[in-house]
This record gives sequence, C-alpha cells and structure tokens, in this order.
Amino acid sequence: MRALVWHGKEDIRCDTVSDPEIENPRDAIIKVTSCAICGSDLHLFHDLIPAMLPGDIMGHETMGEVVEVGSVAKGKLNKGDRVVIPFTIQCGECDQCRRGNFSLCQRSNRKGDLGDKAFGHRTAGLFGYTHLTGGYPGGQAEYLRVPFADTTHIKVPDGIEDEKLLFLSDILPTGWQAAVQADIQPGDTVAVWGCGPVGQMTIRSAILLGAEQVIAIDHLPERLSMAKAAGAITINFEQESVVARLNELTKGEGPHKCIDAVGSESHVNPGQPDTLLDRAKQMMMLENDRPHVLREMIYVCRPAGVISIIGVYTGLVDKIPMGQAMNKGLTFRMAQAHVPRWTGDLLHRIEDGQIDPSFVITHKVNLSDGPEMYRTFRDKADSCIKVMLRP
Amino acid sequence: MPLTNITHIARSHGDPWVLRKGPSSLTSADQLARALGWFSIGLGVVELIAPGRIARTLGLEGKEGTIRAYGLRELASAVPTLSIDKPVGLAARIAGDALDLGTLSTALRPDNPKRNNAAVATALVLGITLLDIVAYAGAKAVHSRERGKKRDYSDRAGLPKGLQSSRGLARKDFKTPPDYRAEGTVADALPAKAS
Repeated sequence: MRALVWHGKEDIRCDTVSDPEIENPRDAIIKVTSCAICGSDLHLFHDLIPAMLPGDIMGHETMGEVVEVGSVAKGKLNKGDRVVIPFTIQCGECDQCRRGNFSLCQRSNRKGDLGDKAFGHRTAGLFGYTHLTGGYPGGQAEYLRVPFADTTHIKVPDGIEDEKLLFLSDILPTGWQAAVQADIQPGDTVAVWGCGPVGQMTIRSAILLGAEQVIAIDHLPERLSMAKAAGAITINFEQESVVARLNELTKGEGPHKCIDAVGSESHVNPGQPDTLLDRAKQMMMLENDRPHVLREMIYVCRPAGVISIIGVYTGLVDKIPMGQAMNKGLTFRMAQAHVPRWTGDLLHRIEDGQIDPSFVITHKVNLSDGPEMYRTFRDKADSCIKVMLRP
Repeated sequence: MPLTNITHIARSHGDPWVLRKGPSSLTSADQLARALGWFSIGLGVVELIAPGRIARTLGLEGKEGTIRAYGLRELASAVPTLSIDKPVGLAARIAGDALDLGTLSTALRPDNPKRNNAAVATALVLGITLLDIVAYAGAKAVHSRERGKKRDYSDRAGLPKGLQSSRGLARKDFKTPPDYRAEGTVADALPAKAS
C-alpha cells in the first residue's frame, strides 16, 4: 500500500509499504477513505518530538471502511462499517478509560515503559506519533490497523460526506474540549490564541457554548478572516498589542477564559523578543517549546480566570511566570483530547446542522501529494489552513 | 546521538515496512543548506582546535585568536542552517564569508611567502560564498509563504444555523461535566437556606 512515511527532519515521503495485518483478536483493518494533516504532525516534521524512527507511518486523523475484523472485535465492528478513528487508542476498560480520560488509557501504549520514563506515567497509545506513545503506524495511508478496534472507533452513518465527519477523529473534539475545559459560561469573554484548525474549532465551540465575546489572536490574514466568519473579534499580534487590546475589549478586566491553541511552536516575531530567545534556545536544545502564548495568557487573564491548554507542548519550557499565575488564582486545565468522550454528542451536532466542520478544509489532494502539502502547510503558503488527503 | 539509538527503540514486529521509497519533501535547496551546515561544523571545529596550523599555512601568524573566533562563528551559524530556519543560518554564513575574504585579503600581500596558499584559500571561500548565496536564495524561495494564492475565508462560518442562532445553542442539551467545572459561584458554595 502507499503511505506517508517519516524519514527524518523535514523528510516525509509517499512510500510503498507492506500491508498491515490483524495482530490481535481486538484489531481491525480499515480501508482509508480520507485522512488529514494535523498541526501536531508538523512537530514531527520538524523533529521536535523525540523517539521517531525512519520508516514510521504518519497520520492520526483518519476515517474509512472496515475490511477485516479480529475475532474479539467482531460484533462491535463488522466488515463494511463506516468509521472515524480517534487519534487516541483506548482499551475502554482501565481506570482512566472508565473515568472518560481516554487519552490517558493505561493499557493501549504498547511501549508503556518508555512512556513511564518520559512522562512519569504512561499515556494512551496514539496513531502515527512518537514511540513514547506506542509508535503505532498512522493513518496517512491506504489501510490502517486499528488496535483495540472494538473500543477505538466512532461509527458514522452513510449519507454524510467524509468532509463533515473526518474531524471527529481529532480537531473537532480537541477544539470542543478546549472550550469545555475552560468551563465557558454564558456571558464569558473567551480569548483564543491561534487560529489554526484547532483554534477555529475552539472558536465555534465557544460560540455554541454561549460565550458572549470570543476574541481570536493570530497574525495570518486568512486565518483571522476565518475566525471572523464565526463572529470572533480578531487581534493581529503583528499590528497591535495583544494585552492592550484584550484589556480594552474587557474594560480593563481581562478575559474570563484564555485558551492556548498554539502550543509548542509559537510564532517567532521580533516584536515579541521572548520568542527570539526561545527559538535560539530551542535550536541549541536548551528548551523544547516556545511558550510565549502561555506567558501572555497568564499575564492578561482575569484574576480567578481559567487557562485552557490544548496546543501540544513537547517537553521543557522556560520563564513561565508562576508568581503571576499563583497570585491571580488562575486555574489551569490541559490534556490531549479524550476524543470518544465528546464524539457522540458532536456527531449529533453535525447531524443536526449545528456545526459543519468541513469549513476548515482549504486543500484536498491525493495522498501522493502529501509530502509537498507538508511543506505548503508548514510555510502557510497558498493560504493553507487544513489539508485533506484522499488515498 | 538520537534518543532512539540510546534507548534501542525499535519498530514493532508486524508493523508495515518500507518496500519502495517515494520522492522526499526535502528540496534540493534544503539538502544544499544541510550540507553547508555540516561543512560549517567541520570548519568551525578545525578553526577552534588548530588555529596555529591554519595561521602558519596561510601566512597569518599572529591572527590565531581571530581564527578561533571565526571557528565559534562557524559553529553558531551552523545551528540555524541545520534547523528549519535555514535562511537565517545561510545569511549568517554569507556575512561570515565576507569576513573570511577580508581576512584572507591581508594574506595576499606580495611579501607573504604563503601567498599562493592564501590565493587557493580565497578561491575556495569565493566558491563556498557562491554556494551559500545559491542556497540562501533557494531556501528563501521554497520556504516562502508567498507561494500560491492569497485567500479570504470570511464566508466560512461553519455554523449552518447562523451566528445569532448558534450562540449558546449547545446549552440546550449540554451541561459541563462536573469534573470539568473550573469555577463555581458563591451561591453554589453557600449552604442551602432553610425555607
């Protein structure tokens, strides 16, 4: 089969690889009908996340049709079923899964000893990601083996196009969780840093959850235009001071809820000198992430407000103003999305016409164009926001 | 050394393996930049550990400190050249080339017995400068955001029921789960009043 394969820093290729096979009775194989490139794939593309191996298959936003089912998964999943595959792999039985913390599944990371060493305690297995999270082959491919397939799937009905359903795999529940974990209440002012695909879903989620004022922060005009389309007030951080403008919009009080949809790779901008220092440290392996957004959120957030972190961080960060955070009594909530916790509800909202996630797709290409699209997406060229791939 | 070598991480038995490689996302400009980055590291290390030998070969005795400083400069420019911010590193290399040529020009004086060596070194640096300029222009072009069209997405709300109807729509049937509540109200925290 064809698959997008990681060969090293900035080196993705559309290779011919061997087909996946059922390895465990709980497995299933799906024929991929659509998949996508995620912003967190760029962290792998940039080799910022350790423990990737040349030959690893990329991708964790995937949907398709079941073509083979292991003996244990049969019944819960059958040949011909149309499914979206969450980016997190979950057993459904461990303590964390029972609590709904699916991205912290204690059993699905097949390289859990590495996860224990890296994170203190293992987290869930993820598709197409580092070997710290199991090193499972990803779904930017023609076929995908789904481990724990009896619990790691979202059945979706026929009659709704892939474009509307694919993002149940990651960015829609991720954006939704970002808003939910901020505990958005009607009347809140919510500031969202980053208008990439997850930021866009977060903005829509905040609107649906009743935020009175949603403020979107970015510097790319096309992304800001998409945020504005959903009713957000926009701030271009290259043209105005984020802190001054947020205070102006909140009568000097600051936003009730601040959401980080940027994460590790904050934009490097001479107007924000800390980003230059972070980038220099990152190049010399003195710091893993560039946490400019975290610093700004902590500074500007209203006392007793909530900081919700959904952008991916990879390791160590410097100069986080914990004194400000502690004295202002801020609440921090963060996690990789617990995808299946939200997907039943979100599928209903798609069917009901409350949200149509296909709005975010700017590029639809064949899988073999994937390597080129990684570059286009990375460089934000051609006004690229979200790439959908068809095998 | 990559973490994967230290920890002996290996792909699991049964995972798909590569049968035939396709074209890489790395462009020729990226590959040239990488080669120049590694060259910078090699030259920088030599300049740091053997400045006396370089000075004697070129007839630049007394400039060992300068050569050592240039070694540090080479290493410093190698870091961004090997990173994803290649144009920054390559620009630093071009500026460094100018410094190198300036220093070498002092060795081309007629009374320098190593004048021929200095001439060969100058020709090599000129060649490398040309490569740096080619790599810089290539890297700037392939990493440019200006590729393709500029689009406006202000018609992409993604909220089919319209903005006004969508605000708070999920509140009709969604309640924030108790484990996701981050803030309560004073009223919530007070004991219920006896009626």
